[in-house]
Amino acid sequence: MTTETAPSSDTQLSGRLAELEQRLLAKDRRALARVLSWVESGDQRGRDMLRALYPRSGRARTIGLTGSPGAGKSTVTNELAKAFRQRGQSVGIVAIDPSSPYTMGAILGDRVRMTELYSDSDVFIRSLASRGALGGLSAATQDVVHVLDAYGKDVILIETVGAGQDEVDIAGAAQTTILVNTPNMGDEVQTLKAGIMEIADVLAVNKSDLPGADRMVSALKALLSLNPDRGWDPPVVRVVATQGEGTEKLVDACDAHFEELQSSGRLEVAEIERARQQITALARANVLNQLHTADGEERLTMLANEVASRASDPHSAAAAWLAGS
Amino acid sequence: MSDTSTVTDQIRVLVAKPGLDGHDRGAKIVARALRDAGMEVIYTGIRQTPDMIAEAALQEDVHVVALSVLSGAHLELFPRVVNACRERGITPENTLFLGGGIIPDEDADTLKETGFSAVFGPGAHTGDIAEYVRAHVPELDRS
Repeated sequence: MTTETAPSSDTQLSGRLAELEQRLLAKDRRALARVLSWVESGDQRGRDMLRALYPRSGRARTIGLTGSPGAGKSTVTNELAKAFRQRGQSVGIVAIDPSSPYTMGAILGDRVRMTELYSDSDVFIRSLASRGALGGLSAATQDVVHVLDAYGKDVILIETVGAGQDEVDIAGAAQTTILVNTPNMGDEVQTLKAGIMEIADVLAVNKSDLPGADRMVSALKALLSLNPDRGWDPPVVRVVATQGEGTEKLVDACDAHFEELQSSGRLEVAEIERARQQITALARANVLNQLHTADGEERLTMLANEVASRASDPHSAAAAWLAGS
Repeated sequence: MSDTSTVTDQIRVLVAKPGLDGHDRGAKIVARALRDAGMEVIYTGIRQTPDMIAEAALQEDVHVVALSVLSGAHLELFPRVVNACRERGITPENTLFLGGGIIPDEDADTLKETGFSAVFGPGAHTGDIAEYVRAHVPELDRS
């Protein structure tokens, strides 16, 4: 891995990349896996490959799943994947788990709930670590989705890290967002709060064989009845994912939302918004990378000392850092 | 937010248990230790067939496949995982294969002939496993 960071000659690189692209487009899953690694790590080869593949993307349906840790996102994802496969559609799954803020290590355990999909070569599962991103996805999630899309996946399911209240990036990354709830997640005040409750296009109440499911369903419905008219009323679907109960209704709800997006013209609007968000995020990362040079770090330390000793204030210091002074 | 230079070299490890024994304590301890050593560990759980493990290794593009068996069936199961991986182009040249469990020394030698680069038995220090991975991953052919 580290040996490959040495620059090779342009012709050699493009030749190898071209070969890998052909393999990927010929549905070579190992080529796909390697390209995803490059894209994920921000490798220049990943960027080159994405540029070549991007025109072929934009065909897949994307569905995001978010919710608290342990709500059953992976199990619901597994059920959805099986349902789409029964329709003959190929499925890509991107499952994100958190990285340690201390070591950057991660346990990616979403596959444990998806083992029955392993023997199906039309399902491709990729686990991603959040690698420091805070919005419930990782910085490379969008690019990973683009590559799976260009590869030819019909449906791409994106499972966020266990999300609490504020991890709402998924709403911009997927066409349809499912919020996976469970019974007894707190009183009604929780459903009134801003943030994650607002971004759901479909609400699933998983583990709805447990006591408290009825109350959860009516609390959610009460909340939704207060929503301003956005042209779509998010349905509440009862699910017992471990038993496969409610999966069909969940798929129907996703279909209905997708049809609404298409007929209202909001699908195109959302795609432009998604692109706008990704451009902004990449530009922001670029600016930060340009600032975090050895020289920039030195100036940052100097400015931090000034701010700590009250010789300067944080806003002035940030402006000075950006201005390169 | 971390800088990109550290994540570019992120080591990805698959920890899996082939076969039918459900004793996953060791596998989980190793997974946790590698996590704490800064690696990304894909944990697939118990009762995996060799094909399931090989498929996960392929899709996740891991640097390391770490297997644990405590039933005594390691000579039967471990080589079958390596073979399933080879069928998919995942070989000891481009991926480290590590074995763990209650494995006698003579069995460890046999396993090394089938493609395992190291075998860690009872008493192995988790820090040594992480150290081994870090030392040997750069030698892999990842082109």
